[in-house]
Amino acid sequence: MIGELFIIFIGVVLVNNFVLVRFLGLCPYIGVSKDLKSAVGMGIAVIFVMTMASAVTWLIYYYFLAPGPHNVWFALFGDGVDPSAFDFTYLRTITFILIIAALVQLVEMVIIKTSPALYHALGIYLPLITTNCAVLGVAVLNIDIFFKGGEAVSWSLLKSLTQGFGAGVGFTLALILMASIRERLELADIPPALKGAPIAFLVGALMSMAFLGFTGLI
Amino acid sequence: MIIQEFTKGIFKRNPVFVLLLGLCPTLAVSTSVENAIGMGAAATFVLVFSNILVSLIKNIIPKKIRIPCFIVVIATFVTMVELFLEAYLPDLNESLGLYVPLIVVNCIILGRAEAFASRNPVMLSLADGLGMGVGFSLALLLLGSIREILGSNALFGYELIPGFRPAMIMILPPGAFLTIGFLLGLFALIRSRRVEREEKMMNAEIALPEGAKE
Repeated sequence: MIGELFIIFIGVVLVNNFVLVRFLGLCPYIGVSKDLKSAVGMGIAVIFVMTMASAVTWLIYYYFLAPGPHNVWFALFGDGVDPSAFDFTYLRTITFILIIAALVQLVEMVIIKTSPALYHALGIYLPLITTNCAVLGVAVLNIDIFFKGGEAVSWSLLKSLTQGFGAGVGFTLALILMASIRERLELADIPPALKGAPIAFLVGALMSMAFLGFTGLI
Repeated sequence: MIIQEFTKGIFKRNPVFVLLLGLCPTLAVSTSVENAIGMGAAATFVLVFSNILVSLIKNIIPKKIRIPCFIVVIATFVTMVELFLEAYLPDLNESLGLYVPLIVVNCIILGRAEAFASRNPVMLSLADGLGMGVGFSLALLLLGSIREILGSNALFGYELIPGFRPAMIMILPPGAFLTIGFLLGLFALIRSRRVEREEKMMNAEIALPEGAKE
């Protein structure tokens, strides 16, 4: 079990890195990677939101959308009806994006109340995360991978959590590496036409090539 | 006026190459021309109809909750696209995979709803959505054809030069970063050349009257 979770974690951090292999969360990757300090802040905020979002979207999907005896609507109104009639999986996209938007707002409010210092550090990054496609990406991916044929695989929730946490760590790793390289690029002599975004993408290409080396690790 | 709103999205304010929006799907699905066209069409559909609907209901939506409302509108059309692809084009659905539901968080679509459709009448919003969609599709098409030609020596799946061994790296993830990096560099170069030429012409115009005085 632990081994399985470890493989999921390594897989999503190194082999299928969200930024460099799956191209999710590219906007902050290019936008917030100009200095190391904000990269770390953004990274921690993303890890936090992704882990939370993985758990919450999984629970909502399992209890409210997926058909089966565990469906809450079936338990309430399903007397004498076939459980497969309560299949709301087509509402997945619309539900998940609303949950994530609400979750980010909630996290922001809780952090303001409980820890002003933490809010000071993460605050400006939190609203950016709602439109970060990596968060919705990991929620959809969890459902795609850990629900085989509409039924949850064993330890499905824990696996989703691991994948969400790992995806956040992978994003942070890529972001911090990129920020460190870009701080050096400021001083480098690069052709004027490639300054800014183009060179960032070319660096991304080299990093992505390096991460290809992890293919076959698992 | 309407034509102007349409064409600005294609060249002057191209969402991908000028505004750097919607990069995730652009890089992810541009492994072949076929995928690029599929994603372009899906995103254009969502853009046009969400722009129309947002423009129609812009006066009913309370200001404070407008963003969640826009997201629901967009997600509705994305769900329609998802179901359509699942039913009629399962192969395309398979190869676009995760990126179909992710059209919801494509910053181009929410950006146009907020910046344009919520402030302009229906016909203009339609033109704007269509223009941005076509601009996005053309960018995808350009990237997709470059990567497919170099990476699998083919276009629309047909082999181009028999016996030529293509560079596999171009259809792998690094190829996407390489292609967009060099394309953006190329566009920046063209733009700076044009600015230089215009400055030279301005200087010549200023210099002329002074020379005439002598």
